[in-house]
Amino acid sequence: MNRLDDTFQRLKAEGQKALIAYIMAGDPSLQETEALVLAMEKSGADIIELGVPFSDPIADGPVIQKAAERALRSGTTLRKILRTVASLRSKTQVPLVLMAYYNSIYAMGEAAFCRLAVEAGVDGVIVPDMPPEEAGPLETAAVQAGLKTIFLLAPTSTPARRAMVAKRSRGFLYYVSLTGITGAKLTNLEEVRRNVTKIRQAADVPVAVGFGIATPQDAAQVAGIADGVIVGSAIVRQVGEHAHDSGLPERVGQFVRSLKAAMAALPAA
Amino acid sequence: MQQLPDHHGRFGAYGGRYVPETLMPAILELEQAYEKVRRDRAFQAEFADYLKRFVGRPTSLYYAERLTKRLGGAKIYLKREDLCHTGAHKINNSIGQVLLARRMKKQRVIAETGAGQHGVATATAAAMFGMACVVYMGTEDMERQSLNVFRMRLLGATVTGVEAGSRTLKDAINEAMRDWTTNVRTTNYILGSVLGPHPYPMMIRDFQSVIGREVRKQILTEEGTLPDYLVACVGGGSNSIGLFHAFLKDRHVKMVGVEAGGLGVESGKHAARFAGGRPGVLHGTMTYLLQDDDGQVNLTHSVSAGLDYAAVGPEHSFYHDAGRIQYTSVTDDEALAAFDLLARDEGIMPALESAHAVAEVVKLAPRLKKKQVIIVNLSGRGDKDVQQVARIKGVTL
Repeated sequence: MNRLDDTFQRLKAEGQKALIAYIMAGDPSLQETEALVLAMEKSGADIIELGVPFSDPIADGPVIQKAAERALRSGTTLRKILRTVASLRSKTQVPLVLMAYYNSIYAMGEAAFCRLAVEAGVDGVIVPDMPPEEAGPLETAAVQAGLKTIFLLAPTSTPARRAMVAKRSRGFLYYVSLTGITGAKLTNLEEVRRNVTKIRQAADVPVAVGFGIATPQDAAQVAGIADGVIVGSAIVRQVGEHAHDSGLPERVGQFVRSLKAAMAALPAA
Repeated sequence: MQQLPDHHGRFGAYGGRYVPETLMPAILELEQAYEKVRRDRAFQAEFADYLKRFVGRPTSLYYAERLTKRLGGAKIYLKREDLCHTGAHKINNSIGQVLLARRMKKQRVIAETGAGQHGVATATAAAMFGMACVVYMGTEDMERQSLNVFRMRLLGATVTGVEAGSRTLKDAINEAMRDWTTNVRTTNYILGSVLGPHPYPMMIRDFQSVIGREVRKQILTEEGTLPDYLVACVGGGSNSIGLFHAFLKDRHVKMVGVEAGGLGVESGKHAARFAGGRPGVLHGTMTYLLQDDDGQVNLTHSVSAGLDYAAVGPEHSFYHDAGRIQYTSVTDDEALAAFDLLARDEGIMPALESAHAVAEVVKLAPRLKKKQVIIVNLSGRGDKDVQQVARIKGVTL
């Protein structure tokens, strides 16, 4: 067992859904990242995703692009992020997942990355530009090190791809709610419901939905459909707007609390 | 030599398909559609017909007599891709991909552009077939290639400036990929060079390989023998692979790819991927990439917008490692000198991209014997660069 599986099992037993909160590591600084993780956990985030900033984030919209630029300007590197995770592990056992573009991992080397990530206390990794077809080397290294490789499905995925990804994703499966980039607007909730239902039937792992979930109402609606709700750009926007306020972690915590409250208020599907 | 790429889209260790899941079905659909037309005689005949009647192919192979005499060595031939409709080889690929998009019933096409030549070519093909066209271009490139921006708009395309990052080709591709991810069901992405995920490097190479096939026939007619050297500039690498491909099996034909040396490789301000890069993944493909220790993509510099890019086509990486193609670089200054030289000696203004290849010939030809033959790909004409050359020379127009 591990922190990701434990968390989903505990929530299931409680009739609750997972709130997965994304921030960009190093935005505005890695010190603040540490404070933000702790504040978000205290405010009800069940799993935390840390973005690894990359110079060319093709899957991300303007909000996360700018966060990545801020993080890179503050000198953030993958190695430093792993040190931050190691430091966090003396304070919290909240599941931590990295979202990294493939070149960041490739530059470190897949085997070294997986070993160092697990040593630091990372539970899983999401690579938005690595479809299962290209995942072989990373999957092998991840299995050896005990790191979960989380794959994505999209509205455009064919039934054959749904079946393949459903079998290969570890920890949870990330369903991208819309054809678009992070920060776009969620419009077709019915399509999400239909696809998530099909994926849940095929998947061995919980299914979390991300992209386009910006408000407590969105979070509550998606919580009625999936096992987990991923909120990224909406939180990152708060970090960007209040980066220089002294109460940044509390501000962001407040927003996370409002998301979790809306999700908890809804009876589980 | 085996057939490359393999069915995973790999040229040895390079290539592949590193794209978000949202795009994977579209990439696979494109691959299937392309495999079909690749073997379809009607499609190939239609493509050849447009290349002949609309583009003006075959382009001539021109003996550059005064340049040859001045350099005093090998005989120099110019493959006149600058005579293609719209002024560069890019139109070969745009016509091919737009024809394919029509077969796939897509009504909208998007493209990225650096120097503007691929944007103009795609806007042209889209206009001819009545398709909606959006071109992404870094704002830095829009400034140095403002004439091409206006040309695209005259052709009915929407040109969208990209402010992110270095505001050049790399950032334009990022934004085009984001558009494609969002509009994948209605839109084909017309990529401009042998870059990106499979099947683009293969498909674009195929569409451009008409250049080398023509050259082979032409030089056999002119000289009765194959050339000793082929020289072409390498940004993404489509004009060079287009010239080289028909000669890869001719082991005695030497090939030189010329990258942008910018202010000099030692300055760090350049786009010489083989001199300064190492394998990595950018824009869906594994290839030589200018990057820092942490895998962040480096900013590049070149006087030529079309060569100003941090990665190179994966097939080039394969032939680099295999030693089949030799890669070198020339600086901004050397390229500008070659621009002047060709204008004055031959009455031809090359694109600044192509001027890099000419600059390499200036170094290479004197070292060779007079009976030896160099063919240089004059991939585009320099009209688009006149304003920038004036600016560099301090001339107000």
